[in-house]
Amino acid sequence: MDMTAVLEIVTQSNPGMVRSNNEDSVMANPLRGFAVLADGMGGYNAGEVASGMATALLGTELEKAFIEREPSSKDASGKSWAHVKVEAEMARVNAAIYQAAQSQPQYAGMGTTLVVGVFHDNKVTVGHIGDSRLYRMRGEDFQQITRDHSLLQEQIDAGIITPEQARHSQNKNLVTRAVGIDPEVAAEMHDHEVLPGDVYLFCSDGLNDMVEDDEIGMTLGALSANLELCAMQLIEMACDNGGRDNVSVILVKVKGEYPAARGWWVRFLAWFK
Amino acid sequence: MAKLILSMETTVLKEIPLTKERITIGRKPHTDIQIDNLAISGEHAVVITILNDSFLEDLGSTNGTFVNGQSVKKHFLVNGDTIELGKYRLKYVSEVPQQTSSADFEKTMILRPGAAKMPAPGPATAVPSAPPAAPAAAVPAHMSTSPGMAPSPPSVAPAAAPAMPLGAIQILSGGNAGKEMELTKTLTTLGKPGVQVAVIARRPHGYFITHVEGASFPVVNGKALSTQAHQLVDHDVIELAGVKMEFFLKS
Repeated sequence: MDMTAVLEIVTQSNPGMVRSNNEDSVMANPLRGFAVLADGMGGYNAGEVASGMATALLGTELEKAFIEREPSSKDASGKSWAHVKVEAEMARVNAAIYQAAQSQPQYAGMGTTLVVGVFHDNKVTVGHIGDSRLYRMRGEDFQQITRDHSLLQEQIDAGIITPEQARHSQNKNLVTRAVGIDPEVAAEMHDHEVLPGDVYLFCSDGLNDMVEDDEIGMTLGALSANLELCAMQLIEMACDNGGRDNVSVILVKVKGEYPAARGWWVRFLAWFK
Repeated sequence: MAKLILSMETTVLKEIPLTKERITIGRKPHTDIQIDNLAISGEHAVVITILNDSFLEDLGSTNGTFVNGQSVKKHFLVNGDTIELGKYRLKYVSEVPQQTSSADFEKTMILRPGAAKMPAPGPATAVPSAPPAAPAAAVPAHMSTSPGMAPSPPSVAPAAAPAMPLGAIQILSGGNAGKEMELTKTLTTLGKPGVQVAVIARRPHGYFITHVEGASFPVVNGKALSTQAHQLVDHDVIELAGVKMEFFLKS
């Protein structure tokens, strides 16, 4: 299914005001309706290598997978192909980065966070590892959809610290899960219903550490008519507030419904595959 | 490294670096900060430190624990907080270490699962859990370049820019002529959605107008804008969706 008719996607990445290099990496495939954002870490340029590997590998592998089969087709367990593939490919990316980090001394210890979204059948399948986020704007309602794999989030969940206090925490930069650090890592996978008019924001922590959620939501609300400007504005706000980290955003606006074709002929075709 | 400075009235008695995960405060000799005064309970309060954050918990003391004049059961300490126990004061000082280089800023680091256990949440009285392994020792596993923990300075707060005069818009034509609107928000949109919309962004160094949607672009002082942001100066006249308005700075 050609998703360009129903999705508008904009990607932007900026090194910020302090860093000389950009360890974030973003990619989107408007035709197949998916986007990937990675925030790399590790010395020298290893963070860039890790995040770059993640977006490149997922970009090609997911495209291949979705040409082969419709992302919404179900497998025996009842999970969508998108769900199965995102989970499997994130595991493979982890193995690839881990291998590279193990075999090449200059890449030792590199890793990346990852957030992947696949739009199919009026849904979005989301996989994430680490503290890069996905937000959704629906009407007036602006919500974070992913839950960070970070020390702070664990403390919030355990009731040790309130979200308000978390904003003043000194422990912001500690993730509890990342891609490429251990031989295996589990991606957190969820499917969410999508409505026409929704705007999705993928971002690295360089945005949400510098700009309050309220302000991000307000910007999406005010500028959703012009996604390019909206993305630019978000990055500008992060930079105006100090821009201490790389800032990356992917905006996806849903312009209409995109149900999976369910006719007999689809099943018939699928039967031959 | 954060520390507590113990004082009574104006005399500083002691400085206590928060090197341990749990530092207990009380009258009994086995507490870490012993204050031999009848107003202090045997085990009065505890300060729990997790990496760069510290929390204060009252342990069900008779006379209570106060922070900056407020009674607290559990409190997230921020730099400069004053803990009051009877006549004694403990000032919490959390020094953000000097950054050795800008590259150390806010490096995202992996914290291995299980490396730093968190103390059990729950009622303030639930105390004895074996202190987990010192988190600081377990963390550096993946810090390839950072020589030390480089905590982020409290971020979100916008950079303290020199106070910029507040901008406002006054409508000059149409039904709302004479109306004034202060530009207090980061973004203010103007115009009619679907027809013509522009946005004015409030930034540390001024106000900027940008075209958002619509076939025609906003006109400033008789000149149509491009897609680029345009910085507004005092008394600029903006024309948008058939309405004239003036931008001005309030002093």
